[in-house]
Amino acid sequence: MKRAFLALAILIATPAFADSLLPPARLANVQLPDPRQERAAKALMETIRCVVCQGQSIADSDAEMAGDMRSMIRERIQAGETPDQIRAWMISRYGEWVSYDPPLEPKTWPLWGLPVILLLAGLWLVRGRIRVRRN
Amino acid sequence: MRKLRLVLWIPLIAFLAFMAAFAIGLYWPDNHQIQSAMIGRNVPEFSLAPALDGRPGLSSQDLRAGQPHLVNIFASWCIPCRTEAVQLAELSRRGIPVDGVAVRDRPEDLAAFLGQYGDPFRAIGADNDRHVQLSLGSAGVPETFIIDGHGVIRHQHIGAIMDSDIPAIVAAYEAAR
Repeated sequence: MKRAFLALAILIATPAFADSLLPPARLANVQLPDPRQERAAKALMETIRCVVCQGQSIADSDAEMAGDMRSMIRERIQAGETPDQIRAWMISRYGEWVSYDPPLEPKTWPLWGLPVILLLAGLWLVRGRIRVRRN
Repeated sequence: MRKLRLVLWIPLIAFLAFMAAFAIGLYWPDNHQIQSAMIGRNVPEFSLAPALDGRPGLSSQDLRAGQPHLVNIFASWCIPCRTEAVQLAELSRRGIPVDGVAVRDRPEDLAAFLGQYGDPFRAIGADNDRHVQLSLGSAGVPETFIIDGHGVIRHQHIGAIMDSDIPAIVAAYEAAR
C-alpha cells in the first residue's frame, strides 16, 4: 500500500520549471526557409553565449531565454541584418563576455598570441637536439 | 649538472600550479552575475502593451518624461519574484514610482500572482517575446533598473530585492533625480 502510494506520488509530481507557460518563441526551434540565411543564423548562434546556462552557446542551450535569443537572431537575419551587426548588439547589451568569438585587440593579444609564443618556446627547447642530429 | 637538476623541478612546479588553479575553481566557483552593459546609456526604444486590463502599459517615452523611474522585470512564473512585492511596496511608499515589465506572462496568471503576493505596480508592460528584457541587457528575473528622468539607465539590481537592498536602491533613485 505504502509502496503503491509512493509510486503514485512520484508519477503525479511535477518538477518546478523556471520557465513560463507561454509556447516557445516563433523562430526559437524553427529554421528559416532560406538555407543561406539559416546557415548564417546558426553560425552566429553557435558563438553567442547563453546568459542562463553560461557554459553553453544559445544553439546548444534548452533554456527558454536561449530560445528567445535564437528567435530574435533569426528574425533579424531575415530582416536583412548582418551577423556582425547582431553580435555587436548583443555585446552592447551583455558585454564582450556574451560572444565566443573574441576580437583581436590589445586586451586580447595574449589570448591570440599565446599559441605562437608556446610554439616558439617549444622550438627553443628542442633546438639543442636538432643541432645534435645535424652533427 | 646542478643547473640541470633545477630545471627538472619545473614540470612538477607547473603541475602543482595547475592543480592549485583547478582547486580554486572547484571550491570557489565563479558565480557569474551578468551585469548589463547598458548602465549609463539611454533606455532603448520600446513600447509594451498593457499586461493587464485597466492598467497602463510601459514605453520608453514614459521613462523619459522627466521623473526617475524604477522598472522591475518580473514574471508570475518566477519563484523569487514572489518575495519582493513587500520591498517594492515599501519603495513605492517612499515615493518611488514602480513600473513593471512582465516577461512571457498571461493576464490570468499575472492577476492571480498580484492578488496573492501583492501589487505595487503603477504600470505593467507585457514583454511576451522578451525583446525589452534582452535590449536592456537583463539576463533573468527578477531584476530592477533605476532610470533617470532623461531616460538614462543608472542602476541595476540583480535578483530579488531584500530589505537590506532598499537603502542602495533608494540612494540610486535619489542620485538619479
